[in-house]
Amino acid sequence: MTTLLVRGVRATYGRTEVLHGIDLVVPSGSTTAILGPSGCGKTTLLRVVTGFQPPTAGSVVLDDETVAGDGAWTPPERRRIGYVAQEGNLFPHLSIAANVAFGLPRAERKDTDRVAELLGLLGLDPGLMGRRPDQLSGGQQQRVAIARALAPRPRLVVLDEPFSSLDTGLRAATREAVAEALHHEGVTVVLVTHDQAEALSFADQVAIMHEGRLSQVGSPVQVYGAPADRRSAEFLGEAQFVSGIVRGDRVECALGELALDGRAPEGSVDVLVRPEQLRLVKAPGGRRAEVVSTTYFGHDALVTLDLVDSDGHPGLRLTARVNGLEAWAAGTPVSVDVVGPVRAFVDGQAGTVPSPG
Amino acid sequence: MARSVGGTRSPVPVVVTSLAVAVLCLLPLGVVVAASIDVGWDAARTLLWRPRVAELLRNTTALVVLTVTATTLLGLSTAWLVERTALPGARVWRVLMVCPLAVPAFVNSYAWVTVRPDLEGLRGAVLVTTLSYFPFVFLPVSAALRSLDPTVEETARSLGLGPWRAFLRAVLPQLRHATLGGMLLVSLHLLAEFGVLAMLRFPTFTTAILEQFQVAFSDSAGSLLALVLMGLCLGLLTADQLLRGTSRQARVGRGAARRPVRAALGRWKAPALALMGGLTAAALGVPVASLARWLAAGDPTFDGRTWLVTVGSTIGLALVAGLLTVVAAFPVAWLISRRRSWLSILTERATYVASSLPGVVVALALVTLTIRYARPVYQTSIVLVAAYAILFIPRAMVSIRASMAHAPEELTQAARALGAGPVRTFARVLLPLTLPGALAGFAMVFIAVSTELTATLILAPTGVRTLATAFWSASESIDYAGAAPYAAALILVSTPVTYLLLHRSDEEPDL
Repeated sequence: MTTLLVRGVRATYGRTEVLHGIDLVVPSGSTTAILGPSGCGKTTLLRVVTGFQPPTAGSVVLDDETVAGDGAWTPPERRRIGYVAQEGNLFPHLSIAANVAFGLPRAERKDTDRVAELLGLLGLDPGLMGRRPDQLSGGQQQRVAIARALAPRPRLVVLDEPFSSLDTGLRAATREAVAEALHHEGVTVVLVTHDQAEALSFADQVAIMHEGRLSQVGSPVQVYGAPADRRSAEFLGEAQFVSGIVRGDRVECALGELALDGRAPEGSVDVLVRPEQLRLVKAPGGRRAEVVSTTYFGHDALVTLDLVDSDGHPGLRLTARVNGLEAWAAGTPVSVDVVGPVRAFVDGQAGTVPSPG
Repeated sequence: MARSVGGTRSPVPVVVTSLAVAVLCLLPLGVVVAASIDVGWDAARTLLWRPRVAELLRNTTALVVLTVTATTLLGLSTAWLVERTALPGARVWRVLMVCPLAVPAFVNSYAWVTVRPDLEGLRGAVLVTTLSYFPFVFLPVSAALRSLDPTVEETARSLGLGPWRAFLRAVLPQLRHATLGGMLLVSLHLLAEFGVLAMLRFPTFTTAILEQFQVAFSDSAGSLLALVLMGLCLGLLTADQLLRGTSRQARVGRGAARRPVRAALGRWKAPALALMGGLTAAALGVPVASLARWLAAGDPTFDGRTWLVTVGSTIGLALVAGLLTVVAAFPVAWLISRRRSWLSILTERATYVASSLPGVVVALALVTLTIRYARPVYQTSIVLVAAYAILFIPRAMVSIRASMAHAPEELTQAARALGAGPVRTFARVLLPLTLPGALAGFAMVFIAVSTELTATLILAPTGVRTLATAFWSASESIDYAGAAPYAAALILVSTPVTYLLLHRSDEEPDL
């Protein structure tokens, strides 16, 4: 079943068109992340879905009811979409309990059980009910904002960069509590974010947005492992490209002859090698290289290395991700292996698109 | 003395000035109370338990209740129309809604009386004061609306509220402080108002005190009336504090500054434009048109030299009072914003209380004081300038305190660390950064002094005429054509107030 269907939506910000025809299907009970750099139009898409802005073309369908487009228009208050803004935006003049109960019918607003249940669900102490929003930390405020959006039992919850204003430590904890609460309520979620780690870890479906268009929609594993184009590959994580030549189902490049993931046309291509695909060993065997420097993160480390040709001259510079327990001193000679098949791109597009020849 | 939390000593000149300002501001309060105690309990009872006092109380209450209600409704609705709807020409209307402040209220009442001579009593008083004072509500409310994060409204909409209910439940409660501030300002101005009410023959405490003063100079009846009036003002201050209560309205989160979606007016467009147009015509059109009429009619007895001398003496007084006030306010503003100590808190409260006192109370207190203890300065400009400083020091403080934010402590510390001494730090860092605020404060005081009527009537030395008193004596003798050149000069002097208020960096209303 589908909760949200976006069809050919175009929209403007001021006078410039920022959405150039968006198509998106959000299955019921799923969590979809819309991932893109700032200014790509993702917040505008969200405003069109919630009804704060009408689309200039296309339609938005919620549970088989057209709420925008094709001559239909449902104002935001009748769409039953829970909305959480970047800063939570709790009403500063109301207590926490009154904030959470804000969207409930008058008769139910006094019922503290539902409020307490929602606060508990988000890992908040129900004792906070009498507090004022400014007495809460940023992470707590954000959780209250999500409880408030869930209270009227919406058919869809949209989150606009809900964790970006929190500092790193708080972000992960808040994200986990929120994911658990949303899952418990079984609600369909659309999350807008520019943080790729957040999108990949939070969602079952990731839609990558570039300059007002969705370039790829798929599961986190699909979009990370099989990016549709070079830009998506770069946006989703650290990516390095090595030029190569395709022959059949293999590609010849500076790292040797590698297995291709998917098909690619014969001829010259760019091969995507993620740092975690490179395995370093001290014993000889693979391609020869020399460690240049190491950036240490604790749980892992990035090792910068230069390939060394048969005459001992340094060649292509690459980065490998290694276990944080291993130590790689600068100048250490190593050999490099590539793990698993690699993706090839022609003119920025993934080589898997059917092509002549 | 005056140690801050950090233990750094405040400079001696700052401490001395602050102490002097606090004493000066609390002086009228003390004098009125002392004079009333002198009257004695029995005499006070007979003087206060009179039908006349009951009538004054009734009139004052009726005026305050009606005008505050009218200005609040007008201020809120015009601010909402200008800031949150697709009203055509919203930017122009925003300026026009502040412009009535450039017409002193007593000039406005003169304009209305010459158009409608039958305008008298409560009806006329409410009409004229509402037209003159509604910007005091409009300004803070429109500023609050502009600073409100529009996603608050959107969140309410997504929780199932229609546009009107979202405004009522999510936006209006957040305008509470701004609205209360505006209402307090209007009430205090009404309690202090003399010109409008005397012209429209609507007696209140202020007009009765001045009448009493003209009849009997400084006597016990006047002191007691002043005591009651002062009590009303302090009661309002207390009520305002209680209403604001503990409900803090600290902004939650930083909020993405996004322009709000303006509501379409639809079939309400014509009525909305009619309201704005009608209000502008009544508050600005009437004074300008009737002034133009009287200026064109001309006054055969008009003496250009007397007019110029009056303009000169007004500017002279305003310059001296403005400079003195800013120089006194600067160290106080610094102390209040940089050092929390008993002295800074005392000074802050003292200027706040003094600012709420009507000009007539301050002037009367200074008369009593100088007659008893400082006979030589009685009836000199020194006393008049002191009265101006007491009345208008808060206006200078608001601007200067706001500008202190541009010169944070870290900057002055950086200057000290780079080897500049306190004096050089002041001259090269603090002064340049706060100068715009000090200038704005000076301008506010200059304008207020130029158009002050009540205290000037009581305290001006014999032979010294200001624009306001010259205008007043002409219009009192129904010489409307003779008053016109002075009214024109008063409006001209006040015009910059519109600009200053619209471009102030901080949004809190001043007194």
